Amino acid sequence: MNQEDLNTRLSEIKSKLISIEQTTDNRIYLLCEAQNNYEVCRFLFEDLALRFVIATGIDSDNWFEVLYHFSNDETSHIVTVKAFIRDRENPAIESISPFLPGAEWIEREIQDLFGIKIKNHPNMRRLILNDDWPEGVYPLRKEVRK
Amino acid sequence: MKKTVQKPVLAVGPFHPLQEEMEYFQLTVDGETVTDIDVRISYNHRGIEGISETLQFDQVPYLVSRVCGICSASHPLAYINAVEEIAGITAPERAQYIRVIINELERIHSHLLWVGLGGHFIGYDTVFMWAWKYREPVLDLLEEITGNRNNYGNVCVGGCREDIPDEKIPKILKELDKVEQKTEMLTKAVLDDPILHARLKGVGILSKEDAIKYAVTGPTARGSDVAIDVRYDDPYAAYGDLDWKVISQPKGDVFDKAVVRLLEIFESIKMTKEALKKLPKGPIALEVKEIPSGEGCGHAEAPRGETFHYVRSDGGNRPVRHKIRAPSYVNVPSFRASCIGETISDVTITLAAVDPCYSCTERVAVVDSHNNVIHDYDTLLRMSREKTARIKKEIGAPELKMEDF
Repeated sequence: MNQEDLNTRLSEIKSKLISIEQTTDNRIYLLCEAQNNYEVCRFLFEDLALRFVIATGIDSDNWFEVLYHFSNDETSHIVTVKAFIRDRENPAIESISPFLPGAEWIEREIQDLFGIKIKNHPNMRRLILNDDWPEGVYPLRKEVRK
Repeated sequence: MKKTVQKPVLAVGPFHPLQEEMEYFQLTVDGETVTDIDVRISYNHRGIEGISETLQFDQVPYLVSRVCGICSASHPLAYINAVEEIAGITAPERAQYIRVIINELERIHSHLLWVGLGGHFIGYDTVFMWAWKYREPVLDLLEEITGNRNNYGNVCVGGCREDIPDEKIPKILKELDKVEQKTEMLTKAVLDDPILHARLKGVGILSKEDAIKYAVTGPTARGSDVAIDVRYDDPYAAYGDLDWKVISQPKGDVFDKAVVRLLEIFESIKMTKEALKKLPKGPIALEVKEIPSGEGCGHAEAPRGETFHYVRSDGGNRPVRHKIRAPSYVNVPSFRASCIGETISDVTITLAAVDPCYSCTERVAVVDSHNNVIHDYDTLLRMSREKTARIKKEIGAPELKMEDF
């Protein structure tokens, strides 16, 4: 898939996105709301056959973000899905592990460190935190870091 | 009274005194066959992503070079790639070449280390001794260039900290010739050995489909016919200027992963030599005053696979978020695909084939349903070696002699 194909194919999913941003020649960010993350990631992985790299959780004060990084190795593009979770009280997002087992660990890690509930995860247990770590304390949240 | 059937469990881990990673694998076994696998990690979580947000941009490379002792060139480089992307700067050409040289020397010594340990696990201690002996001069070269055998601390935002003096280049080239010659002997001995073929072929297969699903990278992916390599696919540093090829093998078994690593050593030697010969003149670093706000993704091909760093800046002097993806973190879960259905005697080498920083394999113990240890690590290692000896006898192979190398 060359660059033009990639841009054309990405526009197919536009209805699920807030916007598409391009920071440099080969870094593309797809911004979406939390409820669309499953559909957008499934499209990138299954329909466009991009390679899953990793996911990143971010606490941005008023909301949470989960970033899913995908790589198109043929054109050197990194396509990042940026899902915004607006509900700070009960943050939750759909798991992408059912079709992408390579994401199982990182989703467990995000739940551990940010307290973002990963819905429908096939094997949700703690990954990073110790068994005796208190419930409800999430090490990478802003209020804990302060 | 309710009677529950307890399946025998094979516990691998959790601690290994040799290396800094600790992992615990729990294998459910039916006789000799592994039927399920469960993993626990994070016994030694150091919170590097959290610490990184308390350091300034130019201090972070020293922190991330300590993520892994062996990948201590590729982690800082991936981070630098991300920060340079945010700042929109490109390091001087000479610095790009120096980055390649250090990263490729790192790959050579890491792959030799793996070959040695792989040999050790199946009872070929001669391979272990020789591979590590050949690895030593590579570490000496790194010490000569950077001042350290590991944790080189040579890369910085905008370039490199230390230059490679031109007068050292002939000596380095000479040493590399020697390393190449010896590695060639070792490679031929390993690849021509009928016992290794019998012992490693068809063992621990990771299919191409599973390699894609589990998103593995590095030799683990390339051994399964997924020819991806960040150096080739998204060239950073000076990789785009050099002449080399991506090595891949079709079958996905332990043997193919070994072949990939052995052949990659030669590509790395070739690349290092070319980079040394072409090393451009000029400055090695730019002065970088501040990092603007923004976000960047940097990646680099570490010996074990893709190292990926995501950095977000708010225009201050520290990253507000720094995500690190180490290759083993993603490669390790692929054990579910490669170990289930294998026998216990093959698990040691199948786990090792991913090159997961070995933390796990030293403390293998088989326990029965009453949690009494019936096989300890030594027993399992002995079982693995006995299988090698059995194959040896069956195919009537001669004893491996020192002179063969």
